[in-house]
Amino acid sequence: MVELAEAAKKARTWACYDCGKCTASCPVARVGGDTTPRRHVLGTNAGGDGVLSDGTLFSCLTCGLCETRCPVQVSYTALVRTLRELAFREGVEPECPHGGALQSVMRMMARGGTQQDRLGWLGQELKTEKNKGAVFYWTGCTMYYDAFFSDLQVTTLNGSRAAVRLLNALGITPVVSPEERCCGHDLLWNGDRTSFEMLARHNVRLVAESGAELLVTSCAECLRTWRLDYTPYLEGKPPRILHISEFLAEHLGELKLRGDGSRRVTLQDPCRLGRHLGVFDPPRQVLAGVPGIELREMRHARQAALCCAGGTWSNCDRYAKRLQVERLHEARATGAELLVTTCPKCQIHLRCAMHDPRRGDEIEIAMRDLGEVVAGALA
Amino acid sequence: MSKGAKVGRSKRAGAGPQAPWNPSIVVFACNWCSYAGADTAGVSRIQHQPHFRMIRVMCSGRIQPGFVLRAFERGADGVLVSGCHLGDCHYVFGNERAVEQFERTMNMVKLLGLESGRLRLEWVSAAEGARFAQVINEFTDQVRALGPSPFARLGARVAPSPEPEASALEQGATTGA
Ligand code: FES
Repeated sequence: MVELAEAAKKARTWACYDCGKCTASCPVARVGGDTTPRRHVLGTNAGGDGVLSDGTLFSCLTCGLCETRCPVQVSYTALVRTLRELAFREGVEPECPHGGALQSVMRMMARGGTQQDRLGWLGQELKTEKNKGAVFYWTGCTMYYDAFFSDLQVTTLNGSRAAVRLLNALGITPVVSPEERCCGHDLLWNGDRTSFEMLARHNVRLVAESGAELLVTSCAECLRTWRLDYTPYLEGKPPRILHISEFLAEHLGELKLRGDGSRRVTLQDPCRLGRHLGVFDPPRQVLAGVPGIELREMRHARQAALCCAGGTWSNCDRYAKRLQVERLHEARATGAELLVTTCPKCQIHLRCAMHDPRRGDEIEIAMRDLGEVVAGALA
Repeated sequence: MSKGAKVGRSKRAGAGPQAPWNPSIVVFACNWCSYAGADTAGVSRIQHQPHFRMIRVMCSGRIQPGFVLRAFERGADGVLVSGCHLGDCHYVFGNERAVEQFERTMNMVKLLGLESGRLRLEWVSAAEGARFAQVINEFTDQVRALGPSPFARLGARVAPSPEPEASALEQGATTGA
């Protein structure tokens, strides 16, 4: 297989000397799952027999923890993504949670041809533009998540509203486009490159036509996709792409913030924002700039942060649940009253885990997007 | 069937050039009421429009958003969800769950920009053969008026609806007619 050889080259699997640190670091393997990055790396080097069909290809969370520990810089996430693309072409698909509903929605968006109802969440008080402007607020699919997970009381749109409020407070009227489509992150990591490309081309053109010089998003996955995976599709002078935490860190001095008493919070580092893109400091700088906020780090933070274990809607199982429960225990152990997240997906998956009638009390903790925390402190 | 797949949406075999466009509809029916209701329509020889594929599930509570959304993704022009009347579910409260799931599905359909008229929830009991036929006729007309689904028009992987002449059983679908 030519492509497998390419994947091996891109991911540097040839450098592997079988130390096993990857599988030893893998959170899924640690709680009993069958995921073994090492087997996939060695299997790829050995010609790839059985690598695509061993049934564990989609159990990887793509959290990248193994990769940060690898002494020879094998990129397991790059490998697993290419392997999934090859598998997808052969008809191997993940066992999607929720009956594949979210994948169906993403593929319909890829195809387009309808007028989505993407702006219904914007209240009267939020100022936005539909078409053109210097700053594009990339919403992501929060409106879909809140509708789909209404039974879990998921409120990711609050993060989107807060972000627009903060932009407005800085005198910016961002573009929030009714024509935005899913960034394609999940489909790409599910192996469906065709649909991803349709989405990438549409979105890149949309933002280019808006004339925006800056794109801000509250979603860590959208950020990764825009910053890394859209690169081949960008044309001309692409906009600067920032996460809301990075943007706020730059503009914190311009915001008038007041404290409403002291508040202990802890912070979840999303894999995409943290390990994938190395954005660890901005959310912390922002929290430090909000009066009265005291950040208490979890036992596993920054590079060692634990994944919310639901990535890409392809691996929700008992291992994911164990990891979520573990993470929420860590959050509670800090003594924080509030868990701050910087990715809507973390909110969804951790919120889902909290809906456990047997464990509810032990692991429940209030959760808000970073943008909400800052917007809540606006004077 | 396979060779009819491409043209099957607008021109059915034997249909004249001016023949009206017929939608592709997916009907989910619970085993204990709606499916039996369709059967009642059949044994009572009640005529109704045949442009749907029926998928039998044990209970309407099984019809999660993924089922309906996938049908639309694959190019269905309309989806009908049906089950026992409230209070009559074989599994006591399965259809109450169906209502919750249907509402979530409908919200997703609206966000996607599909017309809400392409999705419908109806209760049909095993005895209501005439009502089944009436619901099917009404819904088929409603979807026909809306025209092809945008996702079907743009070359979705359309599951061809059975040719009217072919027997339903041959097609692996049971229409009850
Ligand atoms: S069995 Fe018919 S709705 Fe539950």
